[in-house]
Amino acid sequence: MLQARLISTDSRQTYNSNSKGYKMKKMLLTGMFLIAIAGIVVAGRNITIKGSDTLVRLGQRWAEEYMKQNPGVVIQVSGGGSGTGIAALLNGTTDICEASRDMKEKEYKLAERKGIEPLRVSVALDGIAVFLNKGNSVKELSFAQLKGIYTGAITNWKEVGGTDTRIILYGRENNSGTYAFFKKQVLNKEDYSEYTQTLPGTASVVNAVSKDKNGIGYGGIAWATGVRFAAVRKADADSAILPSVESISSGDYPISRDLYWFFNGKPTGELKTLVNWALSEEGQEIAEAMDYIPLPKERAKAGMID
Amino acid sequence: MSCMAQQTYVSSRAAVPNLEFRPKGRGIVPRGLTFAAVLIILLMLAIIMGNILVGGMGTISWEFLTHPPEQGMKAGGVFPAIFGTVALVILMVIAVVPIGVFTAIYLQEYTSPTSWTTRLIRVAINNLAGVPSIVFGLFGLGFFIAFVGGGIDTLFFPEEGPVWGQPAIIWASLTLALLTLPVVIVSTEEALRTIPRELREGSYALGGTRLQTIWRIIIPQALPGILTGSILAVSRGAGEVAPIMFTGAAYYLPYLPGKLNDQFMELGYHIYIMATQSPDIEATKPILYGTVLVLLLLTFSLNSVAILIRSRMRRSRVGAQ
Amino acid sequence: MEHLRFKSKSRWREFAGEKLISISAFTALLSILLIFVFVFKEAIPIFVDDYIKEDASLDKMLCQQEFYEGREAKWSWQPNSEVPKFSLLPLFIGTLKAALVAMLFAIPLGVGAAIYSSEFASRRMGEIIKPAIETFAAIPSVVLGFFALMVLSSFLQQVMGLTFRLNAMNAGIALGLAIVPIIFTVAEDAMTSVPGSLRDAAIALGATPWQVSLTTVLPAAMPGIFAGIVLGFGRAVGETMIVLMASGNAAIISISVADSVRTFSATIAAELGEVVFGDTHYHVLFLIGLLLFIFTFVVNLGGDIVLTRLKERLQGRTT
Repeated sequence: MLQARLISTDSRQTYNSNSKGYKMKKMLLTGMFLIAIAGIVVAGRNITIKGSDTLVRLGQRWAEEYMKQNPGVVIQVSGGGSGTGIAALLNGTTDICEASRDMKEKEYKLAERKGIEPLRVSVALDGIAVFLNKGNSVKELSFAQLKGIYTGAITNWKEVGGTDTRIILYGRENNSGTYAFFKKQVLNKEDYSEYTQTLPGTASVVNAVSKDKNGIGYGGIAWATGVRFAAVRKADADSAILPSVESISSGDYPISRDLYWFFNGKPTGELKTLVNWALSEEGQEIAEAMDYIPLPKERAKAGMID
Repeated sequence: MSCMAQQTYVSSRAAVPNLEFRPKGRGIVPRGLTFAAVLIILLMLAIIMGNILVGGMGTISWEFLTHPPEQGMKAGGVFPAIFGTVALVILMVIAVVPIGVFTAIYLQEYTSPTSWTTRLIRVAINNLAGVPSIVFGLFGLGFFIAFVGGGIDTLFFPEEGPVWGQPAIIWASLTLALLTLPVVIVSTEEALRTIPRELREGSYALGGTRLQTIWRIIIPQALPGILTGSILAVSRGAGEVAPIMFTGAAYYLPYLPGKLNDQFMELGYHIYIMATQSPDIEATKPILYGTVLVLLLLTFSLNSVAILIRSRMRRSRVGAQ
Repeated sequence: MEHLRFKSKSRWREFAGEKLISISAFTALLSILLIFVFVFKEAIPIFVDDYIKEDASLDKMLCQQEFYEGREAKWSWQPNSEVPKFSLLPLFIGTLKAALVAMLFAIPLGVGAAIYSSEFASRRMGEIIKPAIETFAAIPSVVLGFFALMVLSSFLQQVMGLTFRLNAMNAGIALGLAIVPIIFTVAEDAMTSVPGSLRDAAIALGATPWQVSLTTVLPAAMPGIFAGIVLGFGRAVGETMIVLMASGNAAIISISVADSVRTFSATIAAELGEVVFGDTHYHVLFLIGLLLFIFTFVVNLGGDIVLTRLKERLQGRTT
């Protein structure tokens, strides 16, 4: 075998096959180069939606439906948190930023510095529910109690009317709008206790609380399975209210918020059609079917881009 | 072995302890303890594999492998993730194999093992293999996306939004290529070392140049090693999540990546998001287990093939000698 | 003529080919340098930029801070607070705790199995052990993280009655599983490269086989085993997906391994996606990446040197 190979290496053959190999290599290299150039030049642009994990499922569902109705349009959706989306908007790496909170003043300033003009559109509503394990006897919590629990001042369920066991805190990663919103609304901007286990998604929080009978968590109501909601009252004198579609869209439930799409400047073309479709009756019905809270009809209409 | 023996007596002097050996005892305790370690490892392996196999077996079906996720990942399959993973590693292989093979050839055929360049490159390879995967992710973001991609955008697309300066499959695969480079180099080198010198000398004697010798004699001979290295690299690359989290993997895409600057879905990343961010963890559990099983089967089968090729290569070397 | 042209063309080709090969060879070197440069570049502003120093000076990252008047000073990692807090200490402690648990778990298993495999195992047993370890090494870390998150954590919590389901112990054990193959491979390699002459000498002195192993082979291979442990530690500190999924990610300062921990690597993975390029938080994350890079670089270089020296000594190439 070895001999055969060496014998066949006489010079003429070397020349022939080598030049053939060379041509092939040259062709291959040229081809790769051309593909690279073509790739750079031809690469088109898709609509990218990025941001809040609370909104990502809705964004995905909307994209799915919109693309079905408008073949040729390509929308890519990714999550990562409102902070991620806003960062992407400011970095110029997304067309639509989904956020479950407004931009912070600092972020608006940064946008100005980077020459980005954020435009905010409310696309749905969301209530932040407080999750308890199904075995937990606590039924309702006030803002003051929640703040105590999440800042670490209250550490035992007994202090809020439960059994004598330690409270295990679950929360979201600090890039989530839910994290920021809960902090602002309920914690009065104070820091979460360092004992809060931060989990990367609302589903993880729900899952953790469903397995941990001393656990407490918070997150969008659309996600809750296997856990119980706590009724929440804002002031001690108010009556405690359970989160539901009605109580949230009426504004009675105290921890509710708008969910936003941010654009860089006023959307035009395909982007405009997309957002107006999302705000249309059809879009809002999809939101409701996905367990989000639709905007009241007048608000949806008022939000459309003309 | 035997030719070294004489020298080692001198050099390992310090290692021979000055002890009186008691002739009694059969070493049941050390034997038992170390065997227990082996047993625990095997047991853990069995538990992990068993758990995933039992949890995932029921889910895997033709439908699961060929359909995209549906209903917010509560149903459907993982086809886009499989496709994305395959596309990712193919791009990675295109980038890493030539460079890895050339590096190995350079180290084995061009320089003496004691020269400072060889030493430096070797240190670099060993260290590259030890860089935490998340640091590769940071690098991919800072270098490929912001620097290279951003650079292309300012040169060619100053008006449009980001075209290349954003997470994309090309950047993720290049990041992974750097991560797997040591695997390819080490494996190719091992193969190059087994090629008898006579082959090279024969080629030179017949008038072959160094490059001709490499191209026509050495690379064909080293092919099994190169193949092993590539497969191991693919298996490693297919399982890495941290480097691609910021460089191109997407939560969900309604289409398959068709261009180099598209984002993509990937099995490992899909597992991560389903385990931590899926809307309903209990409902997704079977799909989650199924996905894990698919990834495991993929990496394991690739590894087995690599191990098989390698052991055949080693055996043939023994036979030749 | 034909012959001549062939020659010159071949010379050009030879030149280009050799250049291609030698340029490729420096890719690894170049990548290491680029990684360092690019990670370092993004970490520099922490030391020079006044705006960033305001929230993340070295002092603020390392020392106790009194963030609110009248409250006790503490180390705190709260990067998204009204008063951003970038203390690295809780993350450092978390990283260390998870890695130490991993080492406690992996050293006995890895070294023990290596001893058994190189000294006691029959050929057939060896044919089971090695593929099993290679299989272990091939399990992607996200799968180990998944297993720790879904199965191991609940198991540990039930058995030990832990308060936190996701904690340092849970993450550490899963990390340990990831580094057992490294320790095993390096240690086993070191022991099998101990020359037969050494064993013969010990047997000649009247040692039984297991005494040979424990009193002769093991000490001779010790630097290699140590190197394996150090390399394993390096991997444990840098590993990301397992700790991200299984550690609970709470930045707590405590010594209990039953508490949740947040590690350096998991912090980068969890927070990098959110940051605005150029913001303080962004640079701090790159600083953490730089720390990880430098740490693993030192560890790998050290392990590398020890192993090279050991091989040279065992093969008799001493100076």
